[in-house]
Amino acid sequence: MKMYSRKCMEHFRNPRNVGTIENPDGVGRVGNPVCGDLMEIQIKVENGILTDVKFRTFGCGAAIATSSMITELAKGKTLEEALKITRGDVADALEGLPPIKMHCSNLAADALHAAIKDYYERHGKKLEEYEERKKEGLIDGEKSTKT
Amino acid sequence: MNIVYMDYASSSPVDPRVIEAMLPYFSEKHGNPSSVHQIGRESFEAIEDSRRKIASLINAERPDELIFTSGATESINLAIKGLAFRRLDKGKHIVTSKIEHISTMNALKFLSTKGFKITYLPVDEFGFVDPVALNDAITRETILISISYANGEVGTIQNVGEIGKIARDQGVTFHVDAVAAIGKLSIDVRKDCIDLLSFSSNDLYGPKGVGALFIRKGTKIEPIIHGGGQERGLRSGSENLPGIVGFGKAAEIAKKEMEVETSRLTELRDKLIKGILKKTENVWLNGHPTKRLPNNANFRFKFIEGESLVLRLSDFGIASATSSACTSKTLEPSHVLLAMGIPAADAQGSLLLTMGRWTQNEDVEYVIDNVPLAVDFLRKLSPLIPQGDV
Ligand code: FES
Repeated sequence: MKMYSRKCMEHFRNPRNVGTIENPDGVGRVGNPVCGDLMEIQIKVENGILTDVKFRTFGCGAAIATSSMITELAKGKTLEEALKITRGDVADALEGLPPIKMHCSNLAADALHAAIKDYYERHGKKLEEYEERKKEGLIDGEKSTKT
Repeated sequence: MNIVYMDYASSSPVDPRVIEAMLPYFSEKHGNPSSVHQIGRESFEAIEDSRRKIASLINAERPDELIFTSGATESINLAIKGLAFRRLDKGKHIVTSKIEHISTMNALKFLSTKGFKITYLPVDEFGFVDPVALNDAITRETILISISYANGEVGTIQNVGEIGKIARDQGVTFHVDAVAAIGKLSIDVRKDCIDLLSFSSNDLYGPKGVGALFIRKGTKIEPIIHGGGQERGLRSGSENLPGIVGFGKAAEIAKKEMEVETSRLTELRDKLIKGILKKTENVWLNGHPTKRLPNNANFRFKFIEGESLVLRLSDFGIASATSSACTSKTLEPSHVLLAMGIPAADAQGSLLLTMGRWTQNEDVEYVIDNVPLAVDFLRKLSPLIPQGDV
């Protein structure tokens, strides 16, 4: 099959930020409607900044690499900045993904956004930013968890 | 790094003895078997010699019951469509199982768009077709039963003899896909009442790009490739001479060595299955523990996905396979595992290990030692289990 990029394999072999956070400020758990896999992202937020991001993924090599990559991309960013990370950004940062694997990078972006949404909700904050981006079609919204 | 190759079901190396037999037929013995001159006659002889060897491997009564094709996919297409189009007078009903290879499935899907009715028989948890259910599915319209000798994915060996007898009693043509079984099990088309048998050369450690269809004398089919009328008009196109010669040599070797090789592989298989089941938690064998191909072991590991497992094993130098949805072109879980009643999420964690002529004891030991490491690595990443509870 079409090969994964070197960068992608590197993240698959040494995934960053694996695991869970004690008392996370937000949790996003999304299922991949395409192939039935599952991804979870937990975040720690201080002064509007993502100070910690952790993931756990049940899925293919691309799903693991994209989750690992998105934790790196999101860490240290403000919530607003993190909401702007798209699946394209993740794929680019991994030096591309085989076309059939693009839906896996969706999963990573969705899980991150779902975790931020969860954070907002816990704080009774408005989700304007989130909803707006969803309207623009930049976020697919939550996926039903099939597993 | 040395590669421990555990993916013989997807591709097998060609036996060096086969390559040696083929070599002259690329150059000095290149003649067209239809030509009248000396070099053409030699090619003709070489092809007929291969036909005899392959006929003997499956105990066909006559060598001319075999025709050469470009591989098992073509053989299966020719058997199914060729028979279906020939028997339009009798009816348009075909009986098969839910766990057939994609070649059979898609050929039948095509026929269903042309007005044929297909009955897909369910299988039990091991992947067995129930002969009684098969018997009940046959109607006056039924023209064909198509079942695999053994399933290439989960290894289950069907009760082909019993199904063949039913087909014969009911007067229905019986097609068997023998791709996974050829060279591993001793196939007897006479004893098992098989009318059509599809298989390919590479499964016997012969070259790729050549296959055969056994057509019992008296079974009539339509060609699907038209042209110069080679292979009794059933498969036109210049013969793949070196391929056919290699196929014949591979069949000859398989026949001679099968008994010893099958028991050697069975022993390795059982060791592999026992080792993996013992050294890992939350793992099950897919298929039947004993009524399975001697070279096939198929597991499912809970909480993890198969493609990432295959990638991880590849880093350890192990070549393996999975039928996880993530590796399929359609991103759908294995229809075989689903038909056996395995939940889709569990089917995601399948690992298929297939051995062959060059698999050694230390390969099996290496795999037994390394699979648990790969599984652990992925389970630590999995959101399906509570942390630390691997
Ligand atoms: S998670 Fe299934 S294809 Fe990537």
